Amino acid sequence: MAKTPAAVIGVGQTHHRARRDDVSMAGLCREAMDRALEDAGLTLDEVDAIVVGKAPDLFEGVMMPELFLAEALGAAGKPLLRVHTAGSVGGSTAIVASSLVQAGVHQTVLTVAYEKQSESNAMWALSVPVPFNMPVHAGAGGYFAPHVRSYIRRSGAPTHIGAVVAAKDRTNALKNPYAHLHNEGTTVESVLASQMLWDPIRYDETCPSSDGACALVIAAEDVAARSADPAWIHGTVMRSEATTAAERDQVNPQASRDAAAYLWKQAGITSPIDEIDAAEIYVPFSWFEPMWLESLGFAAEGEGWKLTEAGETAMDGRIPVNCSGGVLSSNPIGASGMLRFGEAALQVRGRAGEHQVDGARRALGHAYGGGSQFFAMWVVGSEKPTG
Amino acid sequence: MSRTLSAPVTVAFDYTRSTGPVIGRFLTGLRDGVVVGARTSDGRVVVPPPEFDPVTHRATGGDGGDPYVEVGPEGTVTSWVWVPEPVKAQPLDRPFAWALVTLDGADVPLLHALDVASPDEASTGMRVRVRWAAERVGAITDIACFEPVEAGSGGLATGAGAPSATTVDGPVTGVVTPVSLDYVYAASPEESAFYRAIAEGRIVGQRCPHCGKVYVPPRSACPADGTPTTDEVELSETGTVTTFCIVNVPFLGQRITPPYVSAYVLLDGADIAFLHLILDCPAEDVHMGMRVKAVWKPREEWGTTIENISHFAPTGEPDADYETYRNHL
Amino acid sequence: MRDVAVVGFAQRQMKDFDGSPTCVELLVPLFAECYEQTGWTRRDVGFWCSGSSDYLAGRSFSFVQAVDAIGVIPPVNESHVEMDLAWAMYEAWVKIQTGEVDTALVYAFGKSSAGVLRRTLALQLEPYTMTPIWPDTVSLAGLQARAGIDAGLWDERAMAEVAHRSLTDAEKNEYAVRQGGSSVEALLDRPVYADPLRKHDCAPVTDGAAALVLAAGDRAREVRETPAWLTGLSHHVDPIGLGVRDLTRSPSTQRSGAALDLGGVEVAELHAPFSHQELVLRRELGLADDVRVNPSGGALVSNPMFSAGGIRVGEAASRIWSGEAAKTLAHATSGPALQQNLVCTLSSTPEGGN
Repeated sequence: MAKTPAAVIGVGQTHHRARRDDVSMAGLCREAMDRALEDAGLTLDEVDAIVVGKAPDLFEGVMMPELFLAEALGAAGKPLLRVHTAGSVGGSTAIVASSLVQAGVHQTVLTVAYEKQSESNAMWALSVPVPFNMPVHAGAGGYFAPHVRSYIRRSGAPTHIGAVVAAKDRTNALKNPYAHLHNEGTTVESVLASQMLWDPIRYDETCPSSDGACALVIAAEDVAARSADPAWIHGTVMRSEATTAAERDQVNPQASRDAAAYLWKQAGITSPIDEIDAAEIYVPFSWFEPMWLESLGFAAEGEGWKLTEAGETAMDGRIPVNCSGGVLSSNPIGASGMLRFGEAALQVRGRAGEHQVDGARRALGHAYGGGSQFFAMWVVGSEKPTG
Repeated sequence: MSRTLSAPVTVAFDYTRSTGPVIGRFLTGLRDGVVVGARTSDGRVVVPPPEFDPVTHRATGGDGGDPYVEVGPEGTVTSWVWVPEPVKAQPLDRPFAWALVTLDGADVPLLHALDVASPDEASTGMRVRVRWAAERVGAITDIACFEPVEAGSGGLATGAGAPSATTVDGPVTGVVTPVSLDYVYAASPEESAFYRAIAEGRIVGQRCPHCGKVYVPPRSACPADGTPTTDEVELSETGTVTTFCIVNVPFLGQRITPPYVSAYVLLDGADIAFLHLILDCPAEDVHMGMRVKAVWKPREEWGTTIENISHFAPTGEPDADYETYRNHL
Repeated sequence: MRDVAVVGFAQRQMKDFDGSPTCVELLVPLFAECYEQTGWTRRDVGFWCSGSSDYLAGRSFSFVQAVDAIGVIPPVNESHVEMDLAWAMYEAWVKIQTGEVDTALVYAFGKSSAGVLRRTLALQLEPYTMTPIWPDTVSLAGLQARAGIDAGLWDERAMAEVAHRSLTDAEKNEYAVRQGGSSVEALLDRPVYADPLRKHDCAPVTDGAAALVLAAGDRAREVRETPAWLTGLSHHVDPIGLGVRDLTRSPSTQRSGAALDLGGVEVAELHAPFSHQELVLRRELGLADDVRVNPSGGALVSNPMFSAGGIRVGEAASRIWSGEAAKTLAHATSGPALQQNLVCTLSSTPEGGN
């Protein structure tokens, strides 16, 4: 049975900042939602259902915040869903929203994902000690640093590759008015000179802590027909595996490889590097760019860093990665995945502004979460998928 | 003996909330001793003011008008409930009532505590008034509670009698909300067996009967196939550092002073590495493949915790061959 | 729409679960039971979706370990909602409707007893003007109960009648943590606790987990002679503010019910953690007097957080499988005082005829 075609017809995001002191949580979400609705030329009353995504509730200290937000989000009297799949949640939420349309259940769905990290402290929220365990945990950076070291060992990558990614993404962010970090003059040298936080991860190779939200309007064919530039959904995938398992490949997890294979098959893509024009890949720590390039099939195992080093992931390269500045430049955790999905849609709609890749026709949105165990991805295109 | 080990955990943080202009206006009012509502598009005066209109979905006050309405400090109870056993941080630490109170000039009620000595003193339709907190900071707790209008005004009276605002002025834009929750954390039965063995100085893993892998700590379900691990395997105290990071960053709630090396140690005989500290050598000397051995705390300090092992230290043996741990990266 | 049925159901409910808040050790036997009922292995499951809450467990990412219970090599097509099992089921039903998969196993778990549940749930409220004064769940339900009593819509006797029937029915439910009816009079003689509520008007704090299995078309027919076909499924949410709601009503329940054909429903499993809430729900759904309500005893006798709504679906499905009823209804709720509600109908035929 074929899915009902669905397209992104509205994308909205907030200006991401370390502290959005000017708004409440509802205000933050509505800023993104209202922009997405304006983009789609729709009002809240024309939306059939709302899907909310957010990372751990401990970040804002509200249990199931979609309940208190329901009225402000225009969800009162409508179906409301709340997705939570760790860091991949922004992507998973977009997929759940799109499946509501692809299933023929709804015509128009609005999805919003957010994080207001300034309400607490993510390092604290992720490292509340567990009794009887060794309290060596040190947030997400502490979790991923050993696996980055493993990647470097396995691939033989030169140690400056992480800095190449960081300098590129921070420079791309200068072209994105919504990005949290606008650090002029970030270079490989300046990144290498920044403090080593979780050796081998340096300060400038780390995502910021942001307040922000992203919203998408996803519509069925009839509604999308009214849009001048819909981003058609060519494929979606979610895959999960365990956080820890005997001999689990933590550098290139099987769930990631399986997800990519399934995604490319759906989208009819045989050579991702040739057929994808722009990729928004979840890279919260710079080294994950080469790691995911390999896992996603843009490069052979152990070769991803060569694409990065050769500048092929820059905006004018073979596979532009994170033209928006990526997670390294804005990280409202719960929204970060949806931003990847939304930025991919902007690219194929030709609406990415200064960070637009010329003539982008197919783009990848990617998110991962937990201990590199939850994956959510989609491919969007400027043309309606065939068959 | 209980099947599982348990220990208390407190999850506490003082959340710093930015309120946005609408809730900020309400809290500013409370700080200044007045209760503020907003008129919504359906003509009702709603307290607290909603941030977005329930019908038009527009931001309250967003069109430049002034939707805010001061309502009275007195009102009528529309519903109430008795609280025989208050929980921590509620407005009163003795039995009290919660009440929905429609303040004079408002169309919908506000929820707050009502200070009465017994349920007999509460009733729907009774008149109550705000009892202000002695010190007001721009938070819902600036209303200490409601009190019956008939009652003698023992506390800080209301309305015109409200004390003038504190020295702070300007609009309230944020509020600090302490959230402290007490939990009892329990380890799984398999983990409990592991920690009990640790309390005897033994490191005990379990083998998955299905795939044969040895897990340490043992698992309620082997993540590969969903089968609980069963057969006990006593493991060596020596192992190999597969990978690691050097934590240089301090953070709230941290229990080990940085810098420290957090490493995955693959014990000899185990099929999965676990995280622990590496000490007794400079951090920069720690490397992949390094052979390490458990260093135990003095026995009198032992409990049912992996912290009985103070840390792992280099054994001085030659490094493990990459092939022996490459599948654990 | 594809024909999708509930073909498997397993549950565990208890006062104090002597185990970890990840509940992995509870999920393993639940899944085993689902495999036994269906004759499947985990590889027959096309999609997995779970429901749980970090605040119930007291830590971030409390759900990530749950996938261990599945056995996730090879990796699985999986999602998680910070909601009750019933909404996890909804996500799976949608997934099946897209045609991407034909089968799903959904599950939920929660160890309510790890914290002080009625206090923890104050974190569900509006965080600026409500949570800082910590209104507890029992109190919020009490305000609702009083509103209905004052309006003359029900009284303490009607509430006791609900409790009595639930406690009596619970005697036949091995999973109920509270059971044993005496009489309405005896219940009314018990002391009032959170006036106007007596303790038996409030669901007991319950730990537990549950799982449901869904399958489309012939996959469902392969499993059971009479699958419980999901002939209608609808959910809505109301504003959270107690002040702006008429607490004696549940518009989201009404709207969900109105979207379905409720004619011919013989049994209704209503997720009412407080006795008066059953009365609200009956009225909003327009259930006739001859509809058998909560033969399991309902949430009033055991209410494992994040599973209890989905358990209603499982109980309603069981009655289709057994042939006891041709059409049943299940309802799930979430949020304070019936804020969010899901209603579904289950039938012995995909067409929903009797």
